[in-house]
Amino acid sequence: MPIQVLMPALSPTMEKGNLAKWLKKEGETIKSGDVIAEIETDKATMEVEATDEGTLGKILIPEGTADVAVNTPIATILADGENAADLGKATAPAKQEKAAESAPPAEARAETPAPKPGREEKRAPSAPRAVAEPDPEVPEGTEMVTMTIREALRDAMAEEMRRDGDVFIMGEEVAEYQGAYKVTQGLLQEFGARRVIDTPITEHGFAGVGIGAAMAGLKPIVEFMTFNFAMQAMDQIINSAAKTLYMSGGQMGCSIVFRGPNGAAARVAAQHSQDYSAWYSQIPGLKVIAPFSAADYKGLLKAAIRDPNPVIFLENEVLYGHTGPVPKLDDYVIPIGKARVVRSGGHVTIVSWSNGMTYALKAAEELAKEGIEAELIDLRTLRPLDTDTVVASVKKTGRAVTVEEGWQQNGVGAEIAARIMEHAFDYLDAPVLRVSGKDVPMPYAANLEKLALPSAAEVVEAAKAVCYR
Amino acid sequence: MAVAKKSDVKEKGQDRGNGSPPEFTKEQELVALRAMLLIRRFEEKAGQLYGMGAIGGFCHLYIGQEAVVVGMQMALKMGDQVITGYRDHGHMLGTEMDPKGVLAELTGRHGGYSKGKGGSMHMFSKEKNFFGGHGIVGAQVPLGTGLAFANRYRGNDFVSLTYFGDGAANQGQVYESFNMAELWKLPVIYVIENNRYAMGTSVSRSSAQTDFSKRGISFNIPGEQVDGMDVRAVKAAGDKAIAWCRAGKGPYILEMQTYRYRGHSMSDPAKYRTREEVDKVRHDQDPIEQVRNRLLAAKMDEQELKAIDAEVRQIVNAAADFAQHDAEPDPSELYTDVYR
Repeated sequence: MPIQVLMPALSPTMEKGNLAKWLKKEGETIKSGDVIAEIETDKATMEVEATDEGTLGKILIPEGTADVAVNTPIATILADGENAADLGKATAPAKQEKAAESAPPAEARAETPAPKPGREEKRAPSAPRAVAEPDPEVPEGTEMVTMTIREALRDAMAEEMRRDGDVFIMGEEVAEYQGAYKVTQGLLQEFGARRVIDTPITEHGFAGVGIGAAMAGLKPIVEFMTFNFAMQAMDQIINSAAKTLYMSGGQMGCSIVFRGPNGAAARVAAQHSQDYSAWYSQIPGLKVIAPFSAADYKGLLKAAIRDPNPVIFLENEVLYGHTGPVPKLDDYVIPIGKARVVRSGGHVTIVSWSNGMTYALKAAEELAKEGIEAELIDLRTLRPLDTDTVVASVKKTGRAVTVEEGWQQNGVGAEIAARIMEHAFDYLDAPVLRVSGKDVPMPYAANLEKLALPSAAEVVEAAKAVCYR
Repeated sequence: MAVAKKSDVKEKGQDRGNGSPPEFTKEQELVALRAMLLIRRFEEKAGQLYGMGAIGGFCHLYIGQEAVVVGMQMALKMGDQVITGYRDHGHMLGTEMDPKGVLAELTGRHGGYSKGKGGSMHMFSKEKNFFGGHGIVGAQVPLGTGLAFANRYRGNDFVSLTYFGDGAANQGQVYESFNMAELWKLPVIYVIENNRYAMGTSVSRSSAQTDFSKRGISFNIPGEQVDGMDVRAVKAAGDKAIAWCRAGKGPYILEMQTYRYRGHSMSDPAKYRTREEVDKVRHDQDPIEQVRNRLLAAKMDEQELKAIDAEVRQIVNAAADFAQHDAEPDPSELYTDVYR
């Protein structure tokens, strides 16, 4: 029976890709291991190898087709003895093609990504990007450019590196590989190996080297391939970076940014799926930033690089490929420590940040359909925490729900709830509710992973509960 | 300063039987003597003040190890950086930080180098290029490597002197640093102060390879063992290592074989070694007595030596007086210096 070739998922978070080129023609013989097509993702161009033998019967998706969803049939392979007449019998999907990577995907440390199962659980659907409130940082009439968060980050670093010769980036695969998640794409070519530095896989060591360089007055950007690996460097980040200014009576601090993806990606299980928002935001001496929108990623990373203190910049892998409007300004810098009201509403305040905003935004839309107008606050910075903006909103709505991917105990949501109680107790009409990641290590199985993470439905439920609806 | 070299880089260890290190001039002997005496008297005073309750917390004294810092300082030039762990008072005095500021930090006063917020283990001086004072064993090693990284980045010829002990030498981050330092040819000298005990555990009980000069072999970092009780040997080894680093050849390891006379910290009764062992080192190898004896043998007037002694005691007494009478930090200081 003819075999269908499906659009492969080339990384855990890939949802679609472009079919760049067919390297085999219809009627050509295919052996297992032959490269049959090239596929472009937002990170790289990958080769697709055949895993089956036979004849390329029919190309279903012509080359040059953009945004082909993962698992779409792209071609049919005929086995020996079959001919074009058998094409109609093709049944899906025997198996996925194996991705041979000209540039392996991000999760390089783990291994070649496993092909996705037939049914894809899209944990983080494309977020509704409608923003009700205008951005106060952007002058009216400013031209907006649509770009991915990955590009926004890269542009922020490139601009700051052009501006200040003391800024450099170091980390695993940041230079020649162009970034494990392609965030540093092109930086080596522009700035050279002196300022774009590949490190060995030694987080503890290179975090300390970065901090030492910062103590000597340089302004390093240290990329962690993910913040899961930064646990190896925790001592240096906290004991050396965060505390030195205080311990030296103000003489010696360090201007340094630690950045990289934080939190759950998709299907990478417990050791690669932890949200460190609460961990770092507890530490005096650190600033902690966790943006959601492309514009905030850019403006806040620029601010982080200029800040004279150590800054933890928590990104989210699921969001890297998402696009959003970024103001076309020569120097778009967003002040650290300011939350943003992204949607106004009078019934309930929803507070979130980073990918938690995905659920919150979706929930706000659902709630609106039912006549509940949520006021949605994107914290953007977790330390210093913008208590004023949250409290002002709660004084208006009398109700609050927090949304985070991290665990509930001692989480950022717990802190927000405490501050609301301290500063707006008399305004509350209901207890603050927290929607969070479940109190378990992240499971691998698709259904369990989905259950372990918060969902828009949970946010809706919590918002209704505090509204007594 | 050019110094005759007894061994090339490949040679491990220094055979004292093959001859003594290059002689010091009288001026050098006097500089070394005074600097070592200052550390010794300062530390004795710190011990005394600790006993009186004027100094709190942990207090790790450098007594016995003075020749290491002093010899290395004599090999440095202005602009080179120094960083070390928590047995750090000697390094501060060696880099010419003000004894008053150091002792006032020990007593937790406003006039201390960290305004009383750092204490014995956490002091810094940007002016003197002293980068601390670090309380986590081994943490200063990547930091010192980072200082060297900054030198390389800026294209200057300064060298980072990164001190750590035989205990810290077993930390993983030390080897992560070795790897990067050699990979990137960073100008850093790893000065391993082997005082034979990591707190109460002797080197032979904690270390599979007790020759610390060999710890860089798998990274191709040259190393040598140095008689860390002889300030001349330290200076000669320092000269050689610094020349190596300034020439852009990468890092260098110096294992300083030294000894601490006091316990690990003030609260350590040092039951893990015999009184006789301590007395023997003191009697046979004391770094200060070695210089004093050489000077006397060269017919130096004993009165002149006594004058140096008196001057040093006067400096230390003035520091102690300041450290005990300076004001405590203002309560408002609690919330300053968290961010800048």
